[in-house]
Amino acid sequence: MNTHYGIYGGQYVAETLTGALRELEKAYFDAKQDPAFQAELDDLLRNYVGRESPLYFAKRLTEHCGGARIYLKREDLNHTGAHKINNTIGQALLARRMGKKRLIAETGAGMHGVATATVAALFGMECEVFMGEVDVARQAPNVDRMHALGAKVRSIKEGSRTLKDAMNAALREWTATSRETFYLIGTAAGPYPYPMIVKDFQSVIGKETRRQCLDRCGRLPDEVVACVGGGSNAIGMFAGFLDDPGVRLVGAEAGGLGIESGKHAASINGGRVGILHGMKAYFLQDANGQMLDTHSVSAGLDYSGVGPEHCYLADTKRAAYTVVTDEEAVAAFDLLCRLEGIIPALESSHAVAQAVKDAPALGPDGIIVVNLSGRGDKDMDNIKTYKVNHGQDL
Amino acid sequence: MDRISDIFASKKPLVVFTTAGYPDPARSEEGIVAAIENGADIIELGVPFSDPMADGPVIAAASQQTAERGYNINDVLALAGRIRAKFPRVGIILFSYMNPMLHFGYEALCAELTRIGVDGILPVDLPLEERAELLGPCREHGLHMIPLVSPLTPPERIREIVDGMTGFVYYINVAGVTGARRGLPADYPRLMEQVKSLTSLPVASGFGIADAETAKQAAAHADGVISGSGFVKALASGVKEAGDFVRTLADALR
Repeated sequence: MNTHYGIYGGQYVAETLTGALRELEKAYFDAKQDPAFQAELDDLLRNYVGRESPLYFAKRLTEHCGGARIYLKREDLNHTGAHKINNTIGQALLARRMGKKRLIAETGAGMHGVATATVAALFGMECEVFMGEVDVARQAPNVDRMHALGAKVRSIKEGSRTLKDAMNAALREWTATSRETFYLIGTAAGPYPYPMIVKDFQSVIGKETRRQCLDRCGRLPDEVVACVGGGSNAIGMFAGFLDDPGVRLVGAEAGGLGIESGKHAASINGGRVGILHGMKAYFLQDANGQMLDTHSVSAGLDYSGVGPEHCYLADTKRAAYTVVTDEEAVAAFDLLCRLEGIIPALESSHAVAQAVKDAPALGPDGIIVVNLSGRGDKDMDNIKTYKVNHGQDL
Repeated sequence: MDRISDIFASKKPLVVFTTAGYPDPARSEEGIVAAIENGADIIELGVPFSDPMADGPVIAAASQQTAERGYNINDVLALAGRIRAKFPRVGIILFSYMNPMLHFGYEALCAELTRIGVDGILPVDLPLEERAELLGPCREHGLHMIPLVSPLTPPERIREIVDGMTGFVYYINVAGVTGARRGLPADYPRLMEQVKSLTSLPVASGFGIADAETAKQAAAHADGVISGSGFVKALASGVKEAGDFVRTLADALR
């Protein structure tokens, strides 16, 4: 089995975890060939998650931008409010198949934590979510949701106290408890086979979008755009178009205060190849290989690394990775709220901002699809704080 | 014979891990000297890292705090050089997560370690599947790469892991991260004997060696005993405490 994407990926973990990764790989390949597994997954995606999600033509946003027609893939309409549930349903089914009774997960914005707590409740499993202290504070509504769903939330007080540190803590917990615990990774990162598994479960986004676009427009889009932190919603969207060389794939990284400020979370644009969290990938780090603190207005993109397949797609130029700043993301958030009546997650607002930039050059015959990966209810406090701090009207 | 093999041939050595530069550069060096003077035969010098995800609270905090102060792999190499100059016969192993080594450059690092007189590298997050990238440079420069085996490693995998390796095998006593626990697991004797039956290399026992009693229990089956968190914790209290801690472990092994 190929465990790498070019030089990226692999299994850079302590020996103690290698058995659990082999067990997971085997269970996944078994499940993939089992029609009953696929049938149950499909049923839950349809009747519990609410798939398929609409591909919505954003007419007023299109008119505002004056160029390509902009379509939104409405992953924000999924149960729990984001794309994360596509993957947690799949992995929880795997966990049950493997006889594991307990789920653990890392979370940044809390959407993956909520999606994991949700499936734990659905399948009657124990659930503990690891979340950086900074994120616990800035994503409080999601912490409350996890508690309501019966999950424990462990606030991580070390390092930068964000997603990277939550993942360290979850990996430690898994190292000590892998015999009975399933580690449900939410992003397309971590040691093999996680990047592959997360991509496969999220690829439903890209496959649906491709079909919907052909049905509605009679052709494929010119460009698909998704935000990239670890990269799960982007790889899920890209998966539908990797074999369509005419479709430009664009990943919007979190530019924070701008690359030149050093305060950002754009691992591909501003980082270097490194090894952490079980994978070789681009990471934001200093000259001695110490990981740097990241900054983004969006907790879900606030991660110093990025999934290995994105690194490979960047190097091979199959996908382009751009930088969207906090300011641009907040402006795009406002646009979508006011023009379309849709409150997007701050993460997804990065993708919207990129589409707004790209639309004019493509002209009115162009088609851009934005992966609207999540809804923004969780971000209301952050938006308010941001606007107050920047002297903007609420 | 090489230094590490000599040491294991002559006794059941006491291996002491410490986070280089912790609690500060001066006391770190004094602590290592105290460890050696009180009976440590091999020193594992931990390279401070911002994200020590295989370590428990004691070593993780030491590693992060030291990394935050800017103490880096170059400082660790300089420290190793000074220890080597003072103690020609002690074994020295560089203990590191992959990222600092990747950034230094594997080839340059191995060349430098050999020049300084470091005996080998123990990469924390480099299992069998990925080890070729560092094993090549290690071999080329005559460095040991210390393989790790855990209680969850099946016998056939243990064979693959030890195949062609040199120095010693690090047996992780407990499935988990570093740090003291209440005693060794009940299946420790059986699993340790199993590892020994699968390799001609000496096998050292690490993780959970908190005191003289666990050191003695571990040494009843192992070819050597490793203390990490226990020493780091003692050193946080003081250099003398660290020396005394090593003395009690060393006495337990004699």
